[in-house]
Amino acid sequence: MGQVRELASSREAYGQTLVALGKENPDIVVLDADLSKSTKTSYFAREFPLRFFDCGIAEQNMMGIAAGLAASGKTVFASSFAVFATARCFDQLRMSIAQPRLNVKVVATHGGITVGEDGFSHQAIEDLALACSLPGFTVVVPADAIETAQVIRVAAGTPGPFYIRLGRQSTPLVHSNGYQFTLGKAVSIRQGFDATIIANGVMVATALDAAESLSLQGIECRVLNMPTLKPLDAEAIILAARETGSIVTVEEHLQQGGLGSRVAQVVVQNQPIPMAFVALHDAYAHSGKPEELLELHDLTPAGIEKAVRSTLLKKR
Amino acid sequence: MSTERKPVGKPSASAIANSAEALSSVVVSKTAGQGLERIAKALRRHIITMIAEAGSGHPGGCLSAVEIVTCLYFRVLRHRPSEPQWVERDRFILSKGHAAPLLYAALAECGYFPVEELTTLRKLGSRLQGHTDRTSTPGVEMSSGSLGQGLSFGIGVALAARLNSQGYRVYVLLGGGECDEGQVWEAAMAAAHFKLDNLVAIVDHNQQQIDGWNAEIMNLEPLPEKWRAFGWEVVEIDGHDFRQILAAFEKAQRVKGQPTVVIAHTIKGKGVSFMENNLGFHGTAPTPEQAKAALEELA
Repeated sequence: MGQVRELASSREAYGQTLVALGKENPDIVVLDADLSKSTKTSYFAREFPLRFFDCGIAEQNMMGIAAGLAASGKTVFASSFAVFATARCFDQLRMSIAQPRLNVKVVATHGGITVGEDGFSHQAIEDLALACSLPGFTVVVPADAIETAQVIRVAAGTPGPFYIRLGRQSTPLVHSNGYQFTLGKAVSIRQGFDATIIANGVMVATALDAAESLSLQGIECRVLNMPTLKPLDAEAIILAARETGSIVTVEEHLQQGGLGSRVAQVVVQNQPIPMAFVALHDAYAHSGKPEELLELHDLTPAGIEKAVRSTLLKKR
Repeated sequence: MSTERKPVGKPSASAIANSAEALSSVVVSKTAGQGLERIAKALRRHIITMIAEAGSGHPGGCLSAVEIVTCLYFRVLRHRPSEPQWVERDRFILSKGHAAPLLYAALAECGYFPVEELTTLRKLGSRLQGHTDRTSTPGVEMSSGSLGQGLSFGIGVALAARLNSQGYRVYVLLGGGECDEGQVWEAAMAAAHFKLDNLVAIVDHNQQQIDGWNAEIMNLEPLPEKWRAFGWEVVEIDGHDFRQILAAFEKAQRVKGQPTVVIAHTIKGKGVSFMENNLGFHGTAPTPEQAKAALEELA
């Protein structure tokens, strides 16, 4: 199904970009909570041991330390797995970072169900809802390694709190090397006027595959990569609603509080049209291979095609 | 370890003995506390007036820490009220954010903002929020009010001093009951691990929390031994005795390679007879009549 795309690790891209940023900016400080080998902050630790602090398995304390460093002029990157970087320390994100709008970049890896075999305890499916609920936070879900490198760079240069969600697995590259990420802007990566598929993170490649399959059946979909979940690119959504008349959102997250909910808010207020949501429903997932889990939860080209067809039936 | 329950109530005899022992090990200047009593009384008057005017607030835990905050702002901290963001300033971080009125009173008396502004506490549009807000009040380092977070923040500030080769010191005021929070102990472990000798924690150990005496609700003891086991230098003092407070901070300054915690034995509601050790005044404002009576005592 779909074209063969090169795989690359967004975590690797994060780790390498941090090292590059560390060389450019002496005020960049990195924290981790005993997962640096997995989050790839270990590269920064090796290069800049004095500017790296492993806080041990204590995420609440890590976020507080991050806030204190940021309040003292540092640009702080704090990493852990997405479950631990949000749910475990939500009040610390709220009190110590969001309200005072401190310059802390929470970069969480292992988001979503593609964590796989570790099971529900390690599969963050509500992290984006939590992060988006925090006033002042910018929330970004890069689609691939190329976008990740740019997002990390933009975050480092943009004051204020960020939540950036990366996956565990290597993901297909959907962007080429000349790609330019702009904060708060959607990227139209496929043209079409029959329907729009809006996706982010690892689901962007799946959305492209679905669009290609639908094209063979005579349905031309626009595909929008929506890396910035907050603030959302309302303009691109309204334009897509006007020009294509139906929207399907695709995300590796609960249907509530993530991409689908946020896009729907824009649509109902500006240009009500049929929508469908390809997402996780109100339940935790299980252990299994990532691709098995995606299949089980319809986060597949076939699942997206079905959703697109359902919206086309409702179009006037 | 004995499983016997600690007697409920006022500080134990052993705690008082420990604090006397701690005191004997530090040098105390005989004139150190002069002038501070007058300031402490002014702060207490502000606290009563502000909370009564607001009609809500936490008088008990403000009054217990008056001497500590007075010593810090009027003797210990190097700070510039006209330049709140002075990079070399010593940092005071109020982790027990419900004592905001005490901090506001001290900041106003120092000149961070007009004393007249104090009675806007908790009112719509005021810079003086119910619990501290870093974004609205000059001199407030951290937004707090959800307990247990200040020491972690303090670690970050202390690490930044080390990274920047700056000589400022960081003081974090915690409540005794606040030490129920697990994050306090995550931070205690980390501060010792990072060998932060520019960080001082002060525990306003007034023995009470909202639901009752610490010993009844969640036993904290042996508190000094806990901090010591986490790698901290521990100094126990009478938290209402200026000379002991100042001596404790002097001692902390000489400690190298580890953080210091000052466990200050205090009385909740201190200075107003009917508020002392009276849980009813943890989070309840005095009525106008009670405020009048309190101010008469503090005249």
